[in-house]
Amino acid sequence: MPLVITKELIAQHNLTDDEFKKIVEILGREPNLTELGMFSVMWSEHCSYKSSRVHLKKLPTTGPRVIQGPGENAGVVDIGDGLCVVFKMESHNHPSFIEPYQGAATGVGGILRDVFTMGARPIALLDSLRFGGLDTAKNRHIVKGVVAGIAGYGNCMGVPTVGGEVVFNDIYSLNPLVNAFCLGVARKDKIFLGTAAGVGNPVIYFGSKTGRDGIHGATMASDSFDDQSEKKRPTVQVGDPFQEKLLLEACLELMAGDLLVGIQDMGAAGLTSSSCEMASRAGNGMDLDLTHVPRREPGMTPYELMLSESQERMLMVAKAGKEEECIRICQKWDLDVAVVGKVTGDGILRVLDQGKVGAEIPAKSLADDGPRYERPFSPPGYQDMLTNLNYDALPDVKDANAALLALLESPTIASKRWVYEQYDHMVRTNTMVRPGSDAAVVRIKGTNKAVAMTVDCNSRYCLLNPYEGARLAVAEAARNLACSGAEPIGLTDCLNFGNPERPDIMWQFVMAIEGMKDACEHFKIPIVSGNVSFYNETNGLSIYPTPMLGMVGLIESADQAMTQWFREDGDDIILLGATREDLGGSEYLKVQHSREQGSPPYLNLETEQAVQSCLLQLIRAGRIQSAHDCSDGGVAVALAECCLSGPNRTRGAVVRLTPGRQRNDSVLFGESQSRIIVSAKPAQRQAILELAQQMGVPAGVIGAVGGASLVIYLGDDRSTTKTVDLSIATLADRWGCSLERKLNQE
Amino acid sequence: MNVGVIVFPGSNCDHDCQHVFQDVLGQSVRMIWHKETSLAGIDAVILPGGFSYGDYLRTGAIARFSPVMSAVKAFAKDGGAVIGICNGFQILLEAGLLPGAMLRNRSLHFICKDVHVRVENAATAFTGACQPGQVLKIPVAHADGNYYTDPVTLAAMQANAQIVLRYCTAEGAVTPDANPNGSLDNIAGIINPEGNVLGLMPHPERCAEEILGNRDGKLIFQSLLKAMKVNV
Repeated sequence: MPLVITKELIAQHNLTDDEFKKIVEILGREPNLTELGMFSVMWSEHCSYKSSRVHLKKLPTTGPRVIQGPGENAGVVDIGDGLCVVFKMESHNHPSFIEPYQGAATGVGGILRDVFTMGARPIALLDSLRFGGLDTAKNRHIVKGVVAGIAGYGNCMGVPTVGGEVVFNDIYSLNPLVNAFCLGVARKDKIFLGTAAGVGNPVIYFGSKTGRDGIHGATMASDSFDDQSEKKRPTVQVGDPFQEKLLLEACLELMAGDLLVGIQDMGAAGLTSSSCEMASRAGNGMDLDLTHVPRREPGMTPYELMLSESQERMLMVAKAGKEEECIRICQKWDLDVAVVGKVTGDGILRVLDQGKVGAEIPAKSLADDGPRYERPFSPPGYQDMLTNLNYDALPDVKDANAALLALLESPTIASKRWVYEQYDHMVRTNTMVRPGSDAAVVRIKGTNKAVAMTVDCNSRYCLLNPYEGARLAVAEAARNLACSGAEPIGLTDCLNFGNPERPDIMWQFVMAIEGMKDACEHFKIPIVSGNVSFYNETNGLSIYPTPMLGMVGLIESADQAMTQWFREDGDDIILLGATREDLGGSEYLKVQHSREQGSPPYLNLETEQAVQSCLLQLIRAGRIQSAHDCSDGGVAVALAECCLSGPNRTRGAVVRLTPGRQRNDSVLFGESQSRIIVSAKPAQRQAILELAQQMGVPAGVIGAVGGASLVIYLGDDRSTTKTVDLSIATLADRWGCSLERKLNQE
Repeated sequence: MNVGVIVFPGSNCDHDCQHVFQDVLGQSVRMIWHKETSLAGIDAVILPGGFSYGDYLRTGAIARFSPVMSAVKAFAKDGGAVIGICNGFQILLEAGLLPGAMLRNRSLHFICKDVHVRVENAATAFTGACQPGQVLKIPVAHADGNYYTDPVTLAAMQANAQIVLRYCTAEGAVTPDANPNGSLDNIAGIINPEGNVLGLMPHPERCAEEILGNRDGKLIFQSLLKAMKVNV
């Protein structure tokens, strides 16, 4: 059927006139429909990073431990003993709004494939989720669907979901965020890359059959939403975790032999991206004969086959002569498998169907020569309005008990037990620190080591000051790792923003990159993989800038893993770090005063580093019993969490804080950075305070563990007013059960 | 002792069971692919947790037809020791090696958390290292652990002391609140009348090492070694 490429057709494919002209230039002719489709997905924002690439280049990506930085399926970092960790984080935001269960499930499936396609066995998943408030049925439905989807996929795969974070803010009502992080372990000498080297080598398809689902998923993920977005449901893929489990085991078995040249999963843009990216990385071409592609239904066109995003599929380039062995292994695992082409030396991705050429495109042009935009950026006019906040107009806290309870039952701070109890977080028997502490810790079997992982971003800070917000996110992630006894070794990012064609959004993005860059360079933490998700916007309303970070740390001696909860009555409670008047952007201001305003907390990177180094030394010397970072809700909430979050029992505490000239609410609930609550046996007090002094870290004993209440005195030694006095039972009920209650309201 | 761990394509606790028997208890382990038909040389069989064939139908409903299950049935009939953990328990029910069936959890959610179970019968091959009435803390992780059987079978199991583990509080009280999934009579684990087949929903292999913070699960495996007269 002859087909005219009309302006409408080009627009439907989300391509601009200039981009279309460039395609014609590359091909020396007009594309056919299949080629137009292939270009449109590969040159989509989601696949080409056309708006972000010029800025992403600024990020530090190298370091002595880095084996593979960005550009492959996942980053790879050396952990010694001949082993490395392979990790990445990726968004599945758009599909999760349209179809929460499948959107989230396939997000988990995608990130798992990114990791095992590199030769690593996945050993941990984390998820960072953003939802709208729980007062609407629609938002509750999204939360339940997303959590069930993550559980359904990860649990079946037998990869534990060991941690994550969940934040609620109405700005995410129409654009929830689902960012999935996965970490695997591989032998250093057995890393596999997505490369189609060796002209003549066979190209083998294996996994599920190809169907009509997910066509244009990447294009959908590169567009804003409007009221018609529900109609995009058919572009959401459907996951089959059992199939992926087979794929995982088959891949690892294939990789154990000397069979493969390269391998890549078919994620966004399916067969198109895997084929052209592998060919392009090797500087080769590839002939693909679609006749052999296993398919779910007859009558599929080359356009549909090349653009389908059916899940659980892989493409491998085998060593010539090893086809039979590869096919045998795939068949052992009951997977569909077929030789679908071969590597060529002409640099062309050539798609054949029933003997006819369906598409002929230079692989490199498709994979790497997509447009690059230096989009204009400038701060929005409302930025000053956001940061200028007259604190004098806000009355200081009157009833601190009520304020603390309100914070503890705010879903962002409340216990996420309802969420993580639906995730199998123990399978593979490595989980040393389960969800609910500052970072998750898993041991590495066969070594004495453990890795700690955390995902972090305070998007309100990023809204108020994207540069500072990104620095703060890096600092907090590193602090969470330090609280677990780990030293950061690498970072993956998942940058969620609105529409990059808007200068204010682009400004947020550029500033956030600068902030991440500065903080990562200071801490010497390389960024080894990542993902950008733009167009998180509905009807013109954007999400808060959310540069999510997944940070990985190493604990050289697994028995030094630390947790956040108080462990023994009579222990000293010591606060490391100084409290400033940092109410801006706090959860307290939002919950008590409905303000998301002010400047985010002050951060000095040298101070931060000193606090973290001091903490790590204390942990390694065996001087402390627990460590917990002060973040959302300040010291008061952190103390409550230390009392409540222990896996076996709760504990009380009696604490005295001295406000000096500061407001009471700022002392209790302000979110000053670089502060850590530690507990220790009194016999260690002197050694701890001495080390802190040597390292220039402010430190003081603020109280003791014990009792059946959390009591906070505010004022000097003479003050006898219990500003906070709440029974642990009340705190446990509000903090522990409020999320479930809010989700189950009618 | 030669332990055979059955590997269905969707098993995902097979490595964990292998690790416990091999690395923690120093026994020899053979991983047995679901298409195998012989258990020659095996002293005890473990059906591990996971999602055998995806379990999109009913948990374990397809696994019972797999080639290896004929061998497992014959092995059990000859008195061989068989432990089914979680999905393994579900498969034993479907295969008719243990009575009853699993319903969805009362909450309709997957549940992963530590629970307490009380040893109701310490005179079995799987609990001999425990004290009668001892409370063990062992995690569960399942969506379908709500055990059900008819009243006649339940009465018979009670009379034969086939109910080996029941969900309880940390203090050992068998209460509705301590029941994580709605299981009939708080049943967490049962044996067959002959006493050589155990099915349990909790995962003892997940708490058999100090580094994971809990060694209660090790008692189940030590009991088996004791019954098999293996020195450890």
